[in-house]
Amino acid sequence: MSDEQPAITLYRLQACPFCERVVRTLDEQGLAYQSRFVEPMHSDRNVVKRVSGKRSVPAIVDDNTGVTMSESANIVEYLEHTYGEGA
Amino acid sequence: MPDFDVVSLPDHDAPAVGDTAPDFTRPLVNAEFWEDASLSDLTDDGPVLLVFHTMAGAFPATYVWNELRDRGVPEDVQTVGVSISSPYEHKSFLEARGVDARLFSDPAAGVAADYDLEHDLDGMAGVTEHRPAVFLLDEDRTVQYRWVADEWPDFPDYEGIADALDDL
Repeated sequence: MSDEQPAITLYRLQACPFCERVVRTLDEQGLAYQSRFVEPMHSDRNVVKRVSGKRSVPAIVDDNTGVTMSESANIVEYLEHTYGEGA
Repeated sequence: MPDFDVVSLPDHDAPAVGDTAPDFTRPLVNAEFWEDASLSDLTDDGPVLLVFHTMAGAFPATYVWNELRDRGVPEDVQTVGVSISSPYEHKSFLEARGVDARLFSDPAAGVAADYDLEHDLDGMAGVTEHRPAVFLLDEDRTVQYRWVADEWPDFPDYEGIADALDDL
């Protein structure tokens, strides 16, 4: 898969509704993404802190635009604004 | 006469030296997260030592990874494990053992089926795991070295692995 590694990486937590919301938006926009799962304990999420500055998920890294972002509402707005109709 | 039983394992048809190891995609767990990855992703980056082992918590998994760690194998070659343990268990295992390697999670043992290395556990109904085995693969996933357990339990031939790594 490294041949065509998607530009968008989604840091997520299994069964997290906020993460699912972002997934739904990614799917609606037809965007390929690579899921990276972390653990529920905040203290176990250093990788997310390192890339986004915060330990919260969901977080996305979009290599198309160089954007890194947390908070599902912000991410959904960003994705719709960047990739949605009229973008 | 020993008063314990070492069980002989049946014949198998696992990939042999010169064969191409089957590709597969499973969650690959590192110290911080897991994501789907293919074996071919790893071999594209260089040779891979592919280690099939028991689920985390069983002593053979502990022994095998302690030994690989102490011999510095993960520093010499990309070393990845495969077991039926969940990604959560794999992550805890890597931390507990202090192992700098990555582990594929294959809970339904589909990879074991692809490699003809399924091991149905006696006394754990419905649980099939991976028969202990080690494959050294080159960049084309061609098997350069193979060790497969003939007995249960059985442990890799670490000197054989070291020799195979020297021959790469």
